[in-house]
Amino acid sequence: MALRTEELMLNMGPQHPSTHGVLRMVVTLDGENVVDVQPDIGYLHSSVEKMMENRTYLQNIALVDRGMDYLSAMANEEVWVLACERLGKIEVPERARYIRTIMLELQRISSHLIWLGTFGIDLGAFTAFLWAMRERERIMDLFESATGGRLHHVYFRIGGVFEDLPEGWTDRCEEFCDYFLDRLPEYDELLTGNPIFLARTQGVGVLPLDTAIAMGASGPVARASGLAYDVRKAHPYEVYERVEFDIPVRSEGDCYARYLVRLEEMRQSVRIIRQCLERLPAGEIRSKVAVTLRLPKGEVYARTESPRGDLGIYLVSDGADRPYRVKIRAPAFSNLYALTEMMRGWKVADVIAILGSIDIVLSDVDR
Amino acid sequence: MPTEPQYVPRSQVLPLDKALEVIDALPGGGVILTKVEEVLNWGRAASIWPLTFGLACCAIEMMQAYATRFDMDRMGIIPRATPRQADCIIVAGRATIKIAPIVRRLWEQMPEPKYVISMGSCATCGGPFYYDNYSILKGIDQVIPVDVYVPGCPPRPEALIEGFLKLQDKIKKEPFLRRRIARAAAAATQA
Repeated sequence: MALRTEELMLNMGPQHPSTHGVLRMVVTLDGENVVDVQPDIGYLHSSVEKMMENRTYLQNIALVDRGMDYLSAMANEEVWVLACERLGKIEVPERARYIRTIMLELQRISSHLIWLGTFGIDLGAFTAFLWAMRERERIMDLFESATGGRLHHVYFRIGGVFEDLPEGWTDRCEEFCDYFLDRLPEYDELLTGNPIFLARTQGVGVLPLDTAIAMGASGPVARASGLAYDVRKAHPYEVYERVEFDIPVRSEGDCYARYLVRLEEMRQSVRIIRQCLERLPAGEIRSKVAVTLRLPKGEVYARTESPRGDLGIYLVSDGADRPYRVKIRAPAFSNLYALTEMMRGWKVADVIAILGSIDIVLSDVDR
Repeated sequence: MPTEPQYVPRSQVLPLDKALEVIDALPGGGVILTKVEEVLNWGRAASIWPLTFGLACCAIEMMQAYATRFDMDRMGIIPRATPRQADCIIVAGRATIKIAPIVRRLWEQMPEPKYVISMGSCATCGGPFYYDNYSILKGIDQVIPVDVYVPGCPPRPEALIEGFLKLQDKIKKEPFLRRRIARAAAAATQA
């Protein structure tokens, strides 16, 4: 006679060391198997879209740093200034566009490093966290010397960047690229071939390609499922159409594929940075834009590839000095959508691995 | 055939009357007289175990403070994942009205004596989310009592370490034992 089992509802979060912020997951378990997962979001809803309607275009640069995805502040600034520049048809000097690309790619590396570190902790590899943070600290130094801020930079301006790079910055950046490429094989040794890591990630949390597309997943999560889509290639902005880089794509769609895609993305970022440093032109860094900028009446949609995926801003202007309406298309929110599909049928311990592998930032989800 | 070394308990290796000689022979060694309370507080101040609870951006700088280069472990600050083992909560980031009751409950779950560090402008007063905002709490001190405020948006890891040093100063000056005894005495008279 088979024993009758009862389903168990389990609350994970909002205070949980592995939820990467304040996400609450209501997990329905049958024994140890996950039957259903309902993410409960909104614990970090900061009403950014509403606040942006009350701030001028310039002030909003500081707000998108904090209010949106805080692990990649530069990417948020980029999508915001891109939307403003497209609506106002503002020219950006060549040098500024190269500087922006370098900063964006450095930001991508630093964001992926945080992900690598926390993913390591989730799976019990504490060393990965310490090593990743060590490399990230170097990037923070570069950011700090150029922008003055470690996490929130407020560096990009509508029509350029705030300040030129300090003396010797490009050499230091070059140095970092060499240093970082030396360090990357260490991660391979630590994690890629690690049997424990493989057992916990390989084949776990598979997201099929059609589900990924249906759920609107983007970024490394979609690329690990076989979707060769990157906004940097599909809708190039800044100088991405002029530099050579590959988009890593895997077809497995499991946690391990997502890990490999991100690791390869960091290598490609270094490649982009090196090309940009080589071609960095001299000249102006900012075109003349009034502080009380008024954008013409109209609407625009700008999209960029943030470290988490397809980040977009829909901006409506009624001709005033502040936006009429802003809608943020957050990649982490769409990726979170696919979470339930990925987790169904796996064990409760795999919930942590799968959640860690999609790299959500709750600030990006809730806004 | 070598004989087995005889097991000697440590208390017999160092008889108490020779302890002073040994202490004097140590570099910088000596006998100090102090209050029990001060020794207790010294120990408590050097082992603050905060709860790992990140809310927003400041949590990233908090992580960095635990990690390489800053390494708060060297000051005895070791993150704990459950409030039952923690004696300090770092409110790192903006708290929404939705999360406020949860922060309060976490604080209530921590055993006494407990401390609160409010990290960053958002936790201190709402910060950049003060105006035109309908969802962010204007300061975590509306929900739980705060011991140390760390300014910054976000504060650097050094600033957080400074906050911990301030908290250590506060703990060292606390009449911890006297308060305990007074409370026990009050409870006894009530009974």
